[in-house]
Amino acid sequence: MVTPTPKISVENLRLSYGHKEVLHGVSFAIAPNEILAVIGPAQSGKTSLLRCINRTVEFTPGAVMSGTVRVDGEDLMRMADVYGLRRRIGMVAPLPVGLPLTIYDNVAFAPRCAGLTAKAELDARVETCLRQAALWDEVKDRLDSLGTKLSGGQQQRLTIARALSHDPEILCLDEFSIAIDPVTTMRIEDVLQELRAHVTIVLVTNLTQQARRLADRTMFLWNGDIVEMADTDVIFGDTPRDRRTFDYVNGVFG
Amino acid sequence: MSVPPASPARQTRSALALWGERAVELLIRLSGVSAVLFVFGIFLFVFIEGAPLITDLDWSKAIFSPDWYPTSRENVRYGVGAMIIGTLSVTGLAMVIAVPFGLGAAFFVSEFCSGTLRETLKVVIELLAAIPSIVWGFIGLSVVNHLIQRFLPAPVGLNLLNAALLLALMSVPIIVSIGEDALKAVPDSYREAALALGATRWQIAWRVLLPAARNGLLAAVLLGVGRAIGETMAVLMATGHAVNIPTSLFDPIRTLTATIAAELGETAVGSPHYRMLFLIGLMLFTITFAVNLLADLAVRGVRRQ
Ligand SMILES: Nc1ncnc2c1ncn2[C@@H]1O[C@H](COP(=O)(O)OP(=O)(O)OP(=O)(O)O)[C@@H](O)[C@H]1O
Ligand SMILES: [Mg+2]
Repeated sequence: MVTPTPKISVENLRLSYGHKEVLHGVSFAIAPNEILAVIGPAQSGKTSLLRCINRTVEFTPGAVMSGTVRVDGEDLMRMADVYGLRRRIGMVAPLPVGLPLTIYDNVAFAPRCAGLTAKAELDARVETCLRQAALWDEVKDRLDSLGTKLSGGQQQRLTIARALSHDPEILCLDEFSIAIDPVTTMRIEDVLQELRAHVTIVLVTNLTQQARRLADRTMFLWNGDIVEMADTDVIFGDTPRDRRTFDYVNGVFG
Repeated sequence: MSVPPASPARQTRSALALWGERAVELLIRLSGVSAVLFVFGIFLFVFIEGAPLITDLDWSKAIFSPDWYPTSRENVRYGVGAMIIGTLSVTGLAMVIAVPFGLGAAFFVSEFCSGTLRETLKVVIELLAAIPSIVWGFIGLSVVNHLIQRFLPAPVGLNLLNAALLLALMSVPIIVSIGEDALKAVPDSYREAALALGATRWQIAWRVLLPAARNGLLAAVLLGVGRAIGETMAVLMATGHAVNIPTSLFDPIRTLTATIAAELGETAVGSPHYRMLFLIGLMLFTITFAVNLLADLAVRGVRRQ
């Protein structure tokens, strides 16, 4: 594979919470417009990895990060404007966190933080993002009601809309579909396929089918180490390089 | 799963537990009801003491007239207009000072500092809340009094401004500690979600925490208002205690509470003056009730939006 500057490149990334190291020096690179699936058992550090990429992990007291993470070749830790960085990355958490605002304000939050005030533009942005998250039809008549009053799956889609609202270059999805029905999930997956034209996507998922449908490559993370990272077909095929990958994917993991 | 047959011992235990639960429930209900009973009882007591005067009083005069001559020989007048204005103006001014400071400090302690600084600040603020009001009165009488006389164009240092400053200092700790609790109750996941959307700390405070903690912050402000309205000793010492409708910050005033405190001991039980003081108590009740009601309506209005 020819390597232009990777969108994200991670070298020897270590992360510890207090004395507990949860990422033991992982290195990998993601090409622009690639979709990378990250799989791995519970506690393996998938969420933590995403939180390193947008540096929200710093919010946790006691979290210490070392190694280098580069976005477009630029070292994350040297970036002066961490807010600017976060505005380039959309993040969807596994448990939906509806901000205590109206549906409209939830989606308009990031654009407003970035300084957008024009009403028409905000309206358009909100509609586009809600459509992309397959939520528009359900909420278009009640944009002014609280986002937290939506159903679990709707809230999850609201966070997806929110993550798209600042037009990110990178989209990190952390098990986004656990609360969403299969039909709606498919609609969102279609949107992700369209988005890849200009977005790089990191997709934490434990749905084998989903990884297969979407991902170019897949990373198997286990206990804070990358066991294997290869083309999705290889990881989920009969001959991954590492025995543990095969066992995990086929459900025989102890 | 198979359910084992319930043994007799198990059954009696569960019956006991059931009774225990009922007893606890009853206890909780009683303590809830008792709170209402106490408030009602106090109200009733004050009302009964003041009641005989209610029909004899010219109410429009009593409320609006500034003439307070309860012991005059030939022409007794019970006008509390000046004191109502005094109470409202000193409380209002105190809140104008205390609310921005208190909420600002609450945000600072909860969101913008950490570690030892935060712990130290919290201890100091709690200490501030524990200073008895008579001590604040002393401070007003000696320190603030002189400061005002020296640095401001005021003829006397015991006035509206002095008392308002004291009341502000007394309510700030309450506003800070309750406000901080309200902010701490906002789940961290909100902060992190907003952070991930590129919000700065200010934006988080302003756009997320303020709406999320709105009710708690309002409660903090209200408790501050309650403290200021109900305060007696400090204002008795610092206002100048003159029946006077203030026209400037440097005018001495008198509050409803201070009047009761200063005069109740010198009235004959059952005399009209005595009853009038209880009616003043009733007015205080009404004012605090109105403040609470307004706030409640405000919160509900906001919530409906
Ligand atoms: N805020 C935190 N403070 C302390 N330890 C944490 C924190 N967040 C995660 N950890 C620890 O880091 C390790 C990795 O957690 P992480 O959430 O990254 O795993 P994960 O792969 O996302 O798991 P899951 O599949 O359950 O979501 C776990 O052992 C967890 O206990
Ligand atoms: Mg996780």
